[in-house]
Amino acid sequence: MSAREYRTVRSARGGLLVVDGVPDIAFGDRVLIRDHRDRKRNGQVIRSAENSVLIQVYEGTDDIDLESTWVRFLDQPLEISLSPELLGRVFNGIGEPRDERPPIVSNIRRNVNGSAINPAARTYPRKFIQTGVSTIDGLNSLVRGQKLPIFSGSGLPHNRLTAQIVRQAGLVDEESSFSIVFAAMGVSHTDARFFEEEFASSGVLGNVVMFINLADDPPVERLAVPRVALTAAEYLAFDRDRHVLVVLTDMTNYAEALREVATAKGDVPSRKGYPGYLYSDLAEIYERSGRIRDRHGSITLLPVVTMPSDDITHPIPDLTGYITEGQIVLSRELHNQGIYPPVHILPSLSRLMKDGIGRDDTREDHPRVASQLYALYARALETRNLASIVGADELSAQDRGYLAFAEAFDRRFVSQEEDEDRSIIETLNLAWDLLRMFPKESLTRVNEADLTKYHHSGKD
Amino acid sequence: MNENARRGVVREINGPIVTIRLPGVRNGEQVRIGLLGLVGEAIALNGDEAVIQVYESTEGVRPGEPVEGLGRPLSVELGPGLLGGIFDGVQRPLKEIFLSAGDHIPRGLALPALNREKSWHFVPDTALKSGAELLPGSRLGRVQETESIEHRVLLPPERGGTLLELAPEGDYRLDDPIGRIRGADGVSHKLKLYHHWPVRIPRPYLRRDNSIEPLITGQRIMDTFFPLIKGGKAAVPGPFGAGKTVVQHQIARWSNADIVIFVGCGERGNELVDVLETFPQLQDPHNGRSLMERTLLVANTSNMPVVAREASIYVGMTVAEYYRDQGYDVVLQADSTSRWAEALREVSGRLGQMPVEDGYPAYLASRLAAVYERAGRVEIRGGGNGSVTLIGSVSPPGGDFSEPVTAHTKEIIQTFWALSKELADARHYPAIDWVNSFSGHIRVAADWWHRKVGGKWEQRRAKALALLAQDVELSRIVNLVGPEALSDAQRWELEGAALIKEGVLQQSALDPIDTFSSPEKQYLLLKMMLLIYQKGADLIDLGVPVQELMELPMLAKARRVKQLYNSEQTEKLRELNEEFIQAFEDVRMEYAKFKEHRQ
Ligand SMILES: Nc1ncnc2c1ncn2[C@@H]1O[C@H](COP(=O)(O)OP(=O)(O)OP(=O)(O)O)[C@@H](O)[C@H]1O
Ligand SMILES: [Mg+2]
Repeated sequence: MSAREYRTVRSARGGLLVVDGVPDIAFGDRVLIRDHRDRKRNGQVIRSAENSVLIQVYEGTDDIDLESTWVRFLDQPLEISLSPELLGRVFNGIGEPRDERPPIVSNIRRNVNGSAINPAARTYPRKFIQTGVSTIDGLNSLVRGQKLPIFSGSGLPHNRLTAQIVRQAGLVDEESSFSIVFAAMGVSHTDARFFEEEFASSGVLGNVVMFINLADDPPVERLAVPRVALTAAEYLAFDRDRHVLVVLTDMTNYAEALREVATAKGDVPSRKGYPGYLYSDLAEIYERSGRIRDRHGSITLLPVVTMPSDDITHPIPDLTGYITEGQIVLSRELHNQGIYPPVHILPSLSRLMKDGIGRDDTREDHPRVASQLYALYARALETRNLASIVGADELSAQDRGYLAFAEAFDRRFVSQEEDEDRSIIETLNLAWDLLRMFPKESLTRVNEADLTKYHHSGKD
Repeated sequence: MNENARRGVVREINGPIVTIRLPGVRNGEQVRIGLLGLVGEAIALNGDEAVIQVYESTEGVRPGEPVEGLGRPLSVELGPGLLGGIFDGVQRPLKEIFLSAGDHIPRGLALPALNREKSWHFVPDTALKSGAELLPGSRLGRVQETESIEHRVLLPPERGGTLLELAPEGDYRLDDPIGRIRGADGVSHKLKLYHHWPVRIPRPYLRRDNSIEPLITGQRIMDTFFPLIKGGKAAVPGPFGAGKTVVQHQIARWSNADIVIFVGCGERGNELVDVLETFPQLQDPHNGRSLMERTLLVANTSNMPVVAREASIYVGMTVAEYYRDQGYDVVLQADSTSRWAEALREVSGRLGQMPVEDGYPAYLASRLAAVYERAGRVEIRGGGNGSVTLIGSVSPPGGDFSEPVTAHTKEIIQTFWALSKELADARHYPAIDWVNSFSGHIRVAADWWHRKVGGKWEQRRAKALALLAQDVELSRIVNLVGPEALSDAQRWELEGAALIKEGVLQQSALDPIDTFSSPEKQYLLLKMMLLIYQKGADLIDLGVPVQELMELPMLAKARRVKQLYNSEQTEKLRELNEEFIQAFEDVRMEYAKFKEHRQ
């Protein structure tokens, strides 16, 4: 079927067009729009009836008039071309070059919506990734194929932490088989440049593909960014055997764009005006990570979510947490105390940690040390709370011990330099330095063998 | 293909909702849509038009494409070969799809749920002779489905009559006839090793059975504090990461059910892979066989089409009822019922139905209740009983239990395992909060525990809960005015509560020993912690300073006992109990001496 062009736009608002008198258009197809100044915009059919269609316009509907707008139906879904040439390139949200170089030419073109991975085709992620960050490696370990978001707040150093993880993530050693897919949605020019410079200075730029939608780019385009980026990631991981780390920043901007379009469509809102399908929509993105049987590559996903008003129960972090395999939570309180990275370990969690650590992967005491640190820190924070009410002087000697532990934990374990790449063994040894602040008997989460081996007396 | 099929056309596509023109289509009827042959189900009729919810992505479908009514509602295949398998939300076999279509699930692929090539060794019931009058759903014979599960071959529930012929013992494939029956309609019907049943209609049973027995999960806070019974209904609500899935996986691993069906309804793919990869290696604690032999997965992960997610719970339930009808105790777990409710919400929203709370349609509560109502213990045809226990996780937005799905579920179930973010954050696992959880089965469970395990179970449980309640009260005081405000006896109460929490309630799913606790071990641990508390309280009454007791090394040991001895080593627990009694006795003697000395 040849492409057909119509000038029968009935309405245009909120990034949506209704076009009348167009027969039999496929749901999900791409369209090309030419406005009165002959500028081109891209769109997609999001509802198709016998005589009219609803189109979502990626560049938005500003400055469109009804009379002189042409809509061309391309008879194909939104696809991108895939080849190893992707690496080292910069694209916009729908996969068009943004770096003044020619578009990718390839006969591999794929629908950016992908299709669900058959659960029976997956293999469980188990391989430990050392990020060099103690709070992550020691207490919330990342494994290859995991989706682990960073929950942050405006003004917190999530970009620096993400960059540090990317730099140190142990992937870099395997020069030949690692790639980074970086997708920016509604981020500032400064933030985008920060990452670009980071990649350049660590010499990995040739292994990075960037999909950039900046804060002043059209919001509707943000809906395509993660899908386009993950289509590239899937190609690199499962066709090209690469271990791909995908950074999606910032998913909050993505979800806001989704709300904008949903509201314009008149979808029934659920919490805070976000559409009821926000969960499924996010899941379609996040679940594209993982490992597949008999494939060498993997997709590890690090989405950044800035929590509006630092509220972890806000629908965007909330629904993200319900889909991802844990979360790393940054705390404004720690940040204000000058602690970097300000990872608050209590609400942080890595669900895949259990299968990526221990004797065969890190060290035999790792799971119990993590559990012990958690128990002590939870108790220590309660004590800190108590001290703020009754005053530290009122505390028992035991409680003062907990206070000292909390302090040491924040300053020595959580806190580290931006270029400090701690090995997991260093992290675990540091953990034991802290555990030795307590007598053996009160360490009930580690076992006798651990105590004998690591709780040397003589120190302190 | 089908002569009875009626044809029509697509009129409009709005995501998973497609409007078609197809005269004569019935509500609930399956419809095949478009050139891709996507399958969906009619959910609303309006003149010649029908609204179809489609189980697959509708991308690429155009108005004007053909549709075909299939003349039957969404049904499942019930027969040998289900166990150990993984199916999608409309019972497509995912392993076979992987083998034939690769990593991703293609659209429009129709594969039968059960393997038609495989032969099964059928053994007819010897008592059955030609001419026998059979009630619908009666048992015809058996097939060894897995090494641990004997599959009882049943007449379809609506098919009774005079048995004309029954095949002799031998190997048969699913489509081979194994007999004939003349129904009430006077027509002769072929019998096979399997039959179909529409998922939205509960399978009939003789009558509800009132006998009561707890479902033992091997998890202390559940069995000892908030028990569930076979055929009961339970909910596990909690914010993300609090441990709902771990609770459900633990039940799948350790409970004394015969069959476990796990419906991954709008959750993670990796969680199902976890089961697929680990269960074959794990042993059924009750018969030592591979756990996968009694397990079946229904997987409609969060990224799979939302309409099939809605169907998945009914598919799981119907299969559960089928094994119940064979006389088994089945546990059906749905993770998560919130995602199922959201699927309802999405469809109702697209239909423009009036939302009532948080966008949910008015029928949310009644649909939920109807699903849970299919759980229960029943008497089956041919004697004996079977049960379906339904355990649903609930994922409240923001962890807020007052939201509609949690609130309605709470009205329906009898066992409520409420997970708390505070406990999970402090890595107190399982993060089941003893204040908000409840069970309506304490009295009947007490009866069982007293008969099977040991006396005073009910009093001990109550005593432990009282200590925990006291703990909340005292902690409040400490937080207001500091620990110095407490008396020695009160400080010992705090220690007692801590012993209950760490020595009994906390149970790591990851610890090879602690992951499962037999009722005996549960009972002995509870008894031990209470004993320590009581002995100490007695000494404090005598005047022993609490500090003296707090330094006893046994307090640390008591917290670790659960990981030191497994469920078989109950003798060790008893010995330890004696040791502890002795230790307190020593303190008492010493204190008496000390006092004497002072006088
Ligand atoms: N009994 C337990 N023992 C040890 N760890 C546990 C236990 N329960 C929960 N956890 C820990 O908590 C993590 C989260 O648990 P789980 O995946 O069950 O949460 P969930 O409530 O199902 O979350 P979601 O709603 O996002 O699916 C687990 O990965 C594990 O690390
Ligand atoms: Mg879960």
